[in-house]
This record gives sequence, C-alpha cells and structure tokens, in this order.
Amino acid sequence: MNINLTLIGQTIMFAMFVWFCMKFVWPPLVETMAARKKSIEDGLKAAELGKEEHALAQKNAEDLIETSKTQAAEIIANADKQAVVMIDNAKGAASEEADKIKAQAKSELDQEVTKVRNELKDQVSTLVMQGVNSVLDKEVDSKTHKDMLSKLSKSL
Amino acid sequence: MASGELTSGAYIKHHLQNLTYGKFPDGHWGFAHTSEEAKEMGFMAVHVDTLGFSFVLGALFLFLFARAAKKASIDAPSGFQNFVESIVDFIDENVRGSFSGKNPMVAPLALTTFIWIILMNTMDLVPVDWLPSLFHAMGVEYLKVVPTTDPNATFGMSIGIFILILYYSVKEKGLGGFLGELTLHPFGKWMLPANLFLEGVNLLAKPVSLALRLFGNMYAGEMIFILIALLPFWIQWSLSLPWAIFHILIVLLQAFIFMTLVIVYMDMAHQKEH
Repeated sequence: MNINLTLIGQTIMFAMFVWFCMKFVWPPLVETMAARKKSIEDGLKAAELGKEEHALAQKNAEDLIETSKTQAAEIIANADKQAVVMIDNAKGAASEEADKIKAQAKSELDQEVTKVRNELKDQVSTLVMQGVNSVLDKEVDSKTHKDMLSKLSKSL
Repeated sequence: MASGELTSGAYIKHHLQNLTYGKFPDGHWGFAHTSEEAKEMGFMAVHVDTLGFSFVLGALFLFLFARAAKKASIDAPSGFQNFVESIVDFIDENVRGSFSGKNPMVAPLALTTFIWIILMNTMDLVPVDWLPSLFHAMGVEYLKVVPTTDPNATFGMSIGIFILILYYSVKEKGLGGFLGELTLHPFGKWMLPANLFLEGVNLLAKPVSLALRLFGNMYAGEMIFILIALLPFWIQWSLSLPWAIFHILIVLLQAFIFMTLVIVYMDMAHQKEH
C-alpha cells in the first residue's frame, strides 16, 4: 500500500501500452471494419440494383408477352378474315365461271340449233325445189323463182 | 487459509502486502521480508507483483488484439475476431458519443484502459489463496495478484491521463487559454484567487478521483474475498460465490467508468470554449 517507484513504472507501462495499441491494434482493426462495412453496403446496394433490374426485366418480358399475345391474336383474326374473304372470292369466281361456262354452252347450243335449222331449211328448200322441179319440169325457171324460194326458205 | 498457525489479522495483513523489492535503509537492495521493512524502504522500492501482473495482463491484451488486428479481413469475422471487433465497435461508439474533438489517440487510449483494467480487475475473481499459495511454494513470501488494488497502479494510470489532460489543454487552447480557463472562471478576473482555487481543485480532482475510485472499489472487493476466506472452508462458497458474481459487475463497471471518464476528460481538454 506504499506509494513508491511502482507508480512511475506503471505510468511508463501504461504509456507504452497505449502507444502500442495506437500503433498496431486500433488502426488496422478500425480500417478493416470500415472496409467490411463499405463492402457490405456496396453489396446491399448492388443487390437492390439487381432486384430493381430484375423487376424491370420481368416487367419488360411481361409486356413483350402481352404485346406478342395481342399481335398473335390480331394475326389470327386477320388470317381468319382473309380466309373468309378468300373463300368468298373463290365462291364468287367459281359461280361466275360456272355462269360463263353455262352461257357459253348455251350460245354454242343456240348456234348449233341455228345452224342445224338453216341446214334443215336449205335441205327443205332444195327438196322443195327438186319436188317442184320434178313437178313443173322446165316450166319453172329456177332463176326466176329463186327469190321466191329463198323468201320461202327464210320464212320457214 | 495460508497456514493454520496464522491469526486472522496476520492473514489479512499478509494478503495485503505487496512483494516489494527496494533499497533498505542501510543502502543495499533486496526483497522486503516484512511489511515494516517494505515501509522503511520508502519511495525507492517497486512492487514486483503489481508490475509483473499488470505487465503480463497488458501484454496479453495487446498480443491477442494485435493478432486479431493482423488476421482481420473484410470477410465475415468469426470467434475471437468477432469478440475483438465488437469491443472495438463498443469503444468507438463511446468515443464518438463523448469526444467531439479530433485526436486519433483517444480511442486507442480508451480501448487500452478499458481492457487492461478489466483484465487487472478480473484477477480479483481468482480465489484469493491460489496464486499466493502457489508462489509461496516457490519461495515468494508476499503476493498481491490484483494490480488495481495497489494505488500505485491506479495512480500510475491516472497520472498518465493527467499528463495528457495538461498536454492537450495547452496544445488546443494555448498556454494563455488554459491559464485563463483556470483563473478567469467562474467569477471573473477580480476574483482570481478564488477562481484559481476552485479550478485547481477541479483539475486535480480528476486524476485523484479516477485513481481512488478504481482503487477503492477493487480494494474493498478484495478485502471482502479475504474476509470470506477466513470462514471455515465448507461455508465459504455460500458467500464467495454470490460476491464473485456481484463482483463481475464491479469489474466491468469500474473499467467502463474509468474509460468513460478518460474520454470525457480528454474531450474537456480539447474544448476551446469553456
């Protein structure tokens, strides 16, 4: 319990310890802790950023899918419409063609009928002429009565 | 008890005597064999046990913390590293809270006082007879294992703090500023002697109260452990265990108070305006 040189010894020892602590213990520890704190903060910030980017990307993807869906629906609708139009067109064209063919066949038939009728007329008039010739012999000049005959044949 | 034939008074006295190495009145140096011899040596003596234990404990603290500082990396800390960092964080927080100046020495100073005092105080929790008996078997007559129960240790620290207070007061405020602080407050310049007296007491009370508070607490705690050790061995645990558990609080609290006051005193030394 006596105060003696120990006092000075303890003071010197204390000063040495504080100096050592200040030189070799405190700064590296505090620096490391600050560096770690910073790296953790950076990591958290990066994670936050990544999260935001992820959300954005997801939103973009969703938007893209949404537009794709609408586009696809539009395309399908258009295709349907087009198909209907095409079918209608085809139907129209087919019926037109059929009408044309029918008309052509009819006109051909008419022509044939006319032709046949004319032939028949000619033949009948010839036949008549022959008949008349044979009846009247030379009394009837074929040239003189040709007009009459042709009129007759026309009226047939 | 150290030995059966000792009286209680002698036992207590023996436990309170430091291992003293010093200059005998006749001029030769040597270990004191009795308390009277130690007293006669006066100032020219050292307490080998106080110096030894405090040095070993301080070196242990610095060794462990320096190793942790060396191994520290920004990867996740583990084990002792984590423990060291949480203490550093705690000290750093305290210094930031109480110290407003800029001085890279204050935080290491606080850390050193805190841990060193904790370690020295913790020696009080070692049963009072273990180490003295062990050293007695090796031929050492006296041994006081708790350096903070030696006023030399507590005053040694507080004198160091006092020197720092004076140094930084003069450095930060200038000699005139510091002297003005001592003489012109609180009553103005016409009451200079009264001011000097009041401020002088205030200034000197800082190291004295620091040292005496720590010393008194630890000395009283040690004393109670010694008194408990005088009881029959089969009943000792019923008192020494509760006292030891309570003493853990005192060990930490006294170290914390000392550290906090050191930070506050350093802050006051750095403040330019009174």
